[in-house]
Amino acid sequence: MIDQLREVFKSEAADLLAELEAGLLELEKKPGNRNAVGRVFRALHTLKGSSAMAGWNKIAPFAHEVESVFELVRIEQVSVTKELIDLILAAGDEIRRMLGEADTNAWDEAPSGQRTGEIVQQLKKLTASGGESEEIPSEVISIGEGPGGKTAIPFPTESPAAGEYATYRIFFRPFAEILSKGSNPVLLLNELHGLGVCNASACLDSIPLLDELNAEECHTSWDVILTTRGGFDAIRDVFIFVEDDCELKIEVVEQRMFGEDPEPRKLGEILVDRGDVVPEQIAQILDKKKLIGEMLVESGLVSKSKVQAALAEQQHVREMHDRARQEQTAATVRVPAERLDSLVDLVGELVTVQASLSRLAMHKKIPELRSIAEHVDRLTAELRDSTMSIRMLPIGTTFSKFNRLVRDLSSELGKEVILTIDGAETELDKTVIERIHDPLVHLIRNSIDHGIESPGVRASNGKPRQGTVHLSAIHSGANVLISIEDDGAGLNKEAIRKKAVENGLISPDVELSEKEVFGLIFAPGFSTAGKVTNVSGRGVGMDVVKSGVEALRGAIDIASREGAGTTITLKLPLTLAIVDGLLVKIADANFVLPLSIVEECVELTNGGGAAGHGRQVTFIRGEIVPYIRLRERFSIDGPAPPIEQIVVTETMGGRVGFVVDKVIGEHQTVIKNLGKIYSKVRGVSGATILGDGTVALIVDVPQIVQGAIALEERSVH
Amino acid sequence: MGKTIMTVDDSASVRQMVSFTLRDAGFEVIEAVDGRDAMKKLGATPVHMMITDLNMPNMDGIELIRSVRANSSCRFIPIIMLTTESQPEKKQEGKTAGATGWITKPFKPDQLIAVIRKVLG
Repeated sequence: MIDQLREVFKSEAADLLAELEAGLLELEKKPGNRNAVGRVFRALHTLKGSSAMAGWNKIAPFAHEVESVFELVRIEQVSVTKELIDLILAAGDEIRRMLGEADTNAWDEAPSGQRTGEIVQQLKKLTASGGESEEIPSEVISIGEGPGGKTAIPFPTESPAAGEYATYRIFFRPFAEILSKGSNPVLLLNELHGLGVCNASACLDSIPLLDELNAEECHTSWDVILTTRGGFDAIRDVFIFVEDDCELKIEVVEQRMFGEDPEPRKLGEILVDRGDVVPEQIAQILDKKKLIGEMLVESGLVSKSKVQAALAEQQHVREMHDRARQEQTAATVRVPAERLDSLVDLVGELVTVQASLSRLAMHKKIPELRSIAEHVDRLTAELRDSTMSIRMLPIGTTFSKFNRLVRDLSSELGKEVILTIDGAETELDKTVIERIHDPLVHLIRNSIDHGIESPGVRASNGKPRQGTVHLSAIHSGANVLISIEDDGAGLNKEAIRKKAVENGLISPDVELSEKEVFGLIFAPGFSTAGKVTNVSGRGVGMDVVKSGVEALRGAIDIASREGAGTTITLKLPLTLAIVDGLLVKIADANFVLPLSIVEECVELTNGGGAAGHGRQVTFIRGEIVPYIRLRERFSIDGPAPPIEQIVVTETMGGRVGFVVDKVIGEHQTVIKNLGKIYSKVRGVSGATILGDGTVALIVDVPQIVQGAIALEERSVH
Repeated sequence: MGKTIMTVDDSASVRQMVSFTLRDAGFEVIEAVDGRDAMKKLGATPVHMMITDLNMPNMDGIELIRSVRANSSCRFIPIIMLTTESQPEKKQEGKTAGATGWITKPFKPDQLIAVIRKVLG
């Protein structure tokens, strides 16, 4: 096609050059002839336009230069002289030469010779002011350029980059005569629809009554809400031809990612933002209890269609939020929890089978088998880890719920408290997260009720009036540490002690370490609060926290400084299904102690103490450590071996040793429930299957310790 | 049945380029060499849209646009002016006369089509 076009252009150019010459000669005879000036100008102009169209990239700029000089003649800034006519004639010859040479060069354009440069130079010299001629646009059409040559619509201050979603509010008010310009507003709206999700509401306020209506005029205006990733320029381009024929306002309503703030804005806010009403008017109207839109219309402040438009905007943003939320979930796969649970069960079985395979490989002494067993060992470990990670959720979802709790509680109690959160992205098992929620609620309530002082007290103690509760979560080995830290009054050791004595939890003369005193607040029936409030102080709660955490195989730690605040740290296992355990043996029975609470294993030196009730004590490196004989606790018959082992654990009640016959070693423990019949059995929290197929019971350490303490107290009294 | 577009230009190569592009896109094309020719042909056939150059002998583009807008049978059709003018006044003059939009020469066929789709739907 382009060849064909060039052929047409060449013959046309010959005509134009002839026309140019004729015009110039006429002009030479009668320098003031406007008609001749017009002929010359048109010839030059067409030469320029056609050569550019046909792709003659050297002729076009040259013709442009000549034309822009002659433009000065046309607008009578420069008068026609002989030199000028000579130069333009020479320019015409030059163009003819370029076309001719191009012919022999098989359509390759002739290089613009030195001559063209000279002609341009001389022309410019001739027309002193003609030096600043504009460059011909080198790259074709530029739709983005407004008729005024400069931007007619101001850019919004923060114009979103193309490519990211943003919501725009577009006020499009065509002037009445827009139709007579051949523009169709409907097409523009259609074009907007093509850009993204678009909601247009027509504003019919200014349509005159029927007998005054001129059907050839446009009285409708539109409020459009558009969510697009096209960017501001794409919207402006839609209106490029009508910028002068309408009132147009484009504003960014929302640029952030959808889904961050789930609350779309209120109708009143939108109307104020759009400049339809002022906030004071809204406030007045809000005093009456009616639908705000209705009230605004009745009061005549805004027209019905304005309200409708704002409502449409609200609806639009809401829909966008919903859509964004759906898209977010689409990026993940929803799996029923029970399917995950059964997967975890299967992995557990696999771990067990793998253990027996490894055992077999060890015994058989077949190198190939051993290599396979090692391979399976590694794969199983990886499979276990990734399966567990599927069940992991960030704890942030639970944490963020507490913002509301803190807000409500602090206003109820007349305190000023803010909640700060750290480590919301920390992941742990879904079940653990679900079950830790209530204990956390208790602890936060306690911090606000008992910990944080009232603003007045805080101020007189030189603290900021606003108290802080800091929630944080962090990974620590196979555990997660969740801490609730407040900058309140701290725990009063004396008060706790006194209360514990009053409640008969301890005898008045007992010596207790700081940790043991703090531990008392978790005892059932303990409360230091002077009065019972709605929030806490009934003495239930903290012991519930303790049992809740222990049921998750977790532990609680308290640190407090009077006047400075309290930190309660919950240590929770990452997962409930598989734990690292320490396998021990008593006679022929296997037991597993959770490795996370094991501190050390030593030989029991002064063993053989009389079988007593509850705990006995031994010295380990000069420290008194109470211990419990599991052989006695589980009533296992037969004599104990001469050398027994003591496994020292750290629990809430302090260090406690467990005496066993033999420590076998670390064991990947897949926890199995004991089933309904054994659900009431105390001292055992579950069971696991060992590599050789035998069953090992998992020792419920906190329960055994508590049982022993209870037993002691009964024997004392 | 495609819509009919009239192209008005005194340059044969531009007319040919425009016609070729439009026919390729499924439009009927009527060619006119200047404003006077265009007005004459406009009376004979209904036209849905007009693409016109501005600088033409006999009757130039501006005058053509004014005449079309004064003609009750076709006063609402979209008119696109072809312009090589980098001067904004010329474009403004055309707009004031009643042009719907413009396209700056030189242009590529798909740009022409894009502009037509924009104003013709």
